[in-house]
Amino acid sequence: MDVLWESQTPLTVRQVGGCLTDRDLAHTTVMTVLDRLAKKGFARRDRDGRAWLYHAAASREAYVTELMLHALDQTGDRSAALASFARRVTDTEARVLRRALEVGGEGSRS
Amino acid sequence: MLSPVLVLASVAIGIVPSAAGLAAAGWPRRSPAAAILLWQALGLGWGLAAIGALAGLGAAPGGFGVAGGALAVADRAVRDVASGAAPPDLIAALRLLCLAAGTGLLILLCWVLLAASAAVLRARRRQRVLLSLLAHGDPKVPGALVLDHPTAAAYCVPGLRSRIVISAGALALLDQAELAAVLAHERAHLRERHDLVLLPFTALRRAFPRSASARRAHGAVALLVEMLADDHALRHRPARELVTALIRVGTSGAGSTPTGALAVGGTQDGEMAVRVARLLQPAPGLSVPALALVCAAATLVVAVPAALLVLPI
Repeated sequence: MDVLWESQTPLTVRQVGGCLTDRDLAHTTVMTVLDRLAKKGFARRDRDGRAWLYHAAASREAYVTELMLHALDQTGDRSAALASFARRVTDTEARVLRRALEVGGEGSRS
Repeated sequence: MLSPVLVLASVAIGIVPSAAGLAAAGWPRRSPAAAILLWQALGLGWGLAAIGALAGLGAAPGGFGVAGGALAVADRAVRDVASGAAPPDLIAALRLLCLAAGTGLLILLCWVLLAASAAVLRARRRQRVLLSLLAHGDPKVPGALVLDHPTAAAYCVPGLRSRIVISAGALALLDQAELAAVLAHERAHLRERHDLVLLPFTALRRAFPRSASARRAHGAVALLVEMLADDHALRHRPARELVTALIRVGTSGAGSTPTGALAVGGTQDGEMAVRVARLLQPAPGLSVPALALVCAAATLVVAVPAALLVLPI
């Protein structure tokens, strides 16, 4: 997937395999992985003569943003799918929290 | 037949103000686990009582109990239709209507629970696939995945193959001790399956999107679950690390997040302040008699509607 994200143009299976020389993968392995990515909707493919040309369906940044929106609970559906550690607070609330930390911190030490 | 119906109806109606009282009460933050138990009992008890009251109104009189009487009416109606008998009179028609409403509520509640579970499983599967493509490990946070994004965030994807995710922003923002506190908090969520605790309340909110009570119940349980995880983190880490981590992550985006997005999270105003306050000034947990009282109330609120529903009175 990284290869597809970094490439400017659509790639054939052989070209993707060529970019992964350090891993020494069989041609069929690369083909299977790309086929699976296409079925899951992460890669798109177009026929070019007898070969498939693969390209990423959306940019890496788009997927990272999607994950972060869920994490920050900003998708509108506060589902039980994830549990976020801390909710974003407003500026006023932030000031109150910092003051609580100063006061409470002293209290717990005494 | 009337008195069990009256009891069921008053239980169903009485639970709504009781839930509002529980949401506003102060003791739940001292013993979050007991409060969650009571919330679950209120939810289940309300469902049983509301379905029972509707079914009881439609049930045939005569010592069958609510469930038996309702089945008898339904059985007779089916046979009448099959034999082509005269259309039912007004009273019988109203009975059937109440029965249909009760059945409808039962189906609705079961359906939203299934639909919410399916939606959650789908969302998590996509999260896991995306994380396997995008995130990477980091020696600073063993057992967690790092997502390259400048905004500070930490969350977990519950499930059989659970994941803890820390954004690169949070990794840069928090020191080693604070990261350990965050991980302890998230591990508590995963270990105790807090997502399963929250799921029925998410479903309830979906079933009644306009109901303030459903929204309040969901918000209260979500906050209690966070408190529970905070308490677990406290067993391994000092309170101060957790508090500074909470405040740093919570305030990192303040001012830069669009107000529209804040409004979504803003349904729980002061939630963070409550968590911080109870970490800094911990109150003792409820006494044993008080806990026993909560457990008794929880049992009663489920057992009474269930008994009235099944027993032939």
